[in-house]
Amino acid sequence: MGQYLETDVLIIGAGGAGMYAAISAAEAGAQVLLLDKSVIGRSGATIMAQMTVAAAIGEEEPDDWRFHLKDTITAGRGLVDEPLAEILCRTAPERIWQMEAWGVGWARKGNHITQAHAPGHDRNRCVYVDFLNTGPASSRTLRNQVRRHDSVRRISDLTVTDLVLQDGRAVGAVALHLETGQTVTIAAKATVIATGGLTSMYSRNSASANMGGDGFAMGLRAGAELIDMEFVQFFPIGHLAPRLIGMDPIMWDPFRYKLGGRLLNSAGEEFTQNYGTAEDGKYVVTRDTATYAIYKEVEAGRGSPHGGAWLSFEHIPDADLRAAFGPVIDRLADAGIDLTKMAIEVYPIAHYHMGGLRVDDTLATNVPNLFAAGEAVGGANGANRLSGNAITEAFVFGELAGRSAAAMAQGNAAPDIRDAAKPYLRVIETAAGQTGDGPTPTAAIAALKDLLQQDVGPFRTDEGLTHALDAIAEMTAALPDMPTGARAPFNQQLADWLGLRNMLAVARTIATAARTRTESRGAHQREDYPGLDEAWGYNQVLRLSGDELQLSRGEVRRLAPEEQPS
Amino acid sequence: MSERHSADLKIRRGGPEGPAQFEHFEFEFEDGQSVLDALRWIRGNRDASLAVRYSCINANACKECVMRIDGRTGYACTTPLRAGEMLIEPLPNKRLIRDLVTDTLPPDERLAEP
Ligand SMILES: Cc1cc2nc3c(=O)[nH]c(=O)nc-3n(C[C@H](O)[C@H](O)[C@H](O)COP(=O)(O)OP(=O)(O)OC[C@H]3O[C@@H](n4cnc5c(N)ncnc54)[C@H](O)[C@@H]3O)c2cc1C
Ligand code: FES
Repeated sequence: MGQYLETDVLIIGAGGAGMYAAISAAEAGAQVLLLDKSVIGRSGATIMAQMTVAAAIGEEEPDDWRFHLKDTITAGRGLVDEPLAEILCRTAPERIWQMEAWGVGWARKGNHITQAHAPGHDRNRCVYVDFLNTGPASSRTLRNQVRRHDSVRRISDLTVTDLVLQDGRAVGAVALHLETGQTVTIAAKATVIATGGLTSMYSRNSASANMGGDGFAMGLRAGAELIDMEFVQFFPIGHLAPRLIGMDPIMWDPFRYKLGGRLLNSAGEEFTQNYGTAEDGKYVVTRDTATYAIYKEVEAGRGSPHGGAWLSFEHIPDADLRAAFGPVIDRLADAGIDLTKMAIEVYPIAHYHMGGLRVDDTLATNVPNLFAAGEAVGGANGANRLSGNAITEAFVFGELAGRSAAAMAQGNAAPDIRDAAKPYLRVIETAAGQTGDGPTPTAAIAALKDLLQQDVGPFRTDEGLTHALDAIAEMTAALPDMPTGARAPFNQQLADWLGLRNMLAVARTIATAARTRTESRGAHQREDYPGLDEAWGYNQVLRLSGDELQLSRGEVRRLAPEEQPS
Repeated sequence: MSERHSADLKIRRGGPEGPAQFEHFEFEFEDGQSVLDALRWIRGNRDASLAVRYSCINANACKECVMRIDGRTGYACTTPLRAGEMLIEPLPNKRLIRDLVTDTLPPDERLAEP
């Protein structure tokens, strides 16, 4: 049955949230096992982030976490879990200063940390590391801190496939070691899901290959509740053309913001003002408005050659471009892109997921001993996220979940899960034995991504969502027979099978919640139900009972009136 | 729109045992596409058993896709394709796991032998 490991706290996923959780759990005295399906601290969204981190540290101008909270609640359009958002905004400054003390190197102007303005924030609030280095610097800093703790054991290349339940409690997990094909069983007194988001389920995305929603599917199968699954944030100006390699597809945003890049249609005209919000050369259009404007303009036949919008910096003087872009301008030149002479093409891409595991104020899920952190958590950002809040969420929730899990582990005896793990291990072994022919899970994943982009993407209809749900059900029925190739070291076809199994489970939750919500709000836009409907001011909660997906309404958690930010 | 060209990827297959085996794959590409674009296309459309390590695809952040391309060490995701034959091999100085995957993990992050 492969290796058997034991720990106090198991942390699944080693991005910003998982690494932060490992540090705080270790500091609270727990033995920690930190796992990643790829490489610790290198393979999720955190290291790819290039922009900013929002926190009311008041370095650039006076600020207060209550202002940050107010902006977060406004952006979330009535669905923000306010107690969670309060934790996020109130604790953010502590994390930013801790990262500073650990040497992350937030950009400075004179003797203070620089804070930039980003859409939806009422003032300059967003810290960053130059140039486009926020994520890499954060990851490096956390990796170094994790390494200082002897009580944290790190294992890369270990894909967790299921949580193990015993008497209704989370007691650890089973995993596939890709290199050898071995299975591994991990007994844990408490478990933290820090697997990040799900945007690689869409064909147009900013994601790494590891953002396929594993944590949501594993949680769901273990009886955990998910909320707000219909809210997938599409980033309006993802890079579309010309093909640009070695660069993040969302890199244009900070420059558009700093310099006032112009969004143009095929006729060379600005158009976002036609869809609700005026642009006056400054970057004020919030993310979902811009996404809608580009999508509609393309639909109306006024798109760029590759089916997007033009983004132009041609009106900006050479020297200003160089000052803002720094060394990036040379990397663009290497790719044949001269911004003084040409516009580039952009299009909305899946970028972040607001929904996720439903948690309380300690980040505990409804499954005993099971916690969540980072993008895997649902609720704090409601129907739409402010830019800069996601890394903050990874730091703040990571730190808190690690502490909560360590405290929980202290009161629990070490479980013996050898028997309880057997049915979960059998799933991996059965899949690994399917050496026949037929359409591969690798190809099926590509088909699923196209389906979701088309029918469960930035704009939705009842017809499209119903079609998607039928197609998802068909693919789910075909999954058991899909071949995983010959048994071999580093069998990615088997990893694809396990990934597809999760993606299908998660796709069903998104499409189900999206079809039921007959209104448009934040990142959930229904073409057949345009406009926000006050009657829909609640969260949708999903849970699995056998094979049946149950959907219910949950009241949005609010702060007491006297605690509301004014 | 940019022109399309054809690359002929000669890829080293198999594990550490036995003599090196090579397989050829044709890939039609548009200017600016990367070697990783071709390898991912091969996995999805020609041979899903091809082993190649990568995560970030576009950001050149994870550094997992390091391999030997035309005899030089480089990242598959930042190396542009070119028309004609390209030789794609695993790193020569690391333990070979299979196909293009070598053991590049930090030693203290490996699953220890039981
Ligand atoms: C390109 C890009 C740019 C961004 N820019 C910004 C920005 O400027 N500001 C901002 O606030 N936010 C930004 N975001 C969002 C933000 O980066 C993420 O929300 C945040 O980093 C998530 O952190 P995390 O630790 O929860 O997840 P991640 O950093 O994604 O880490 C999750 C980890 O879990 C691992 N994992 C997944 N499944 C399994 C499994 N089954 N078994 C084991 N391990 C598993 C993955 O390999 C990964 O390493 C950006 C996102 C992207 C993709
Ligand atoms: S795929 Fe991440 S560096 Fe190449």
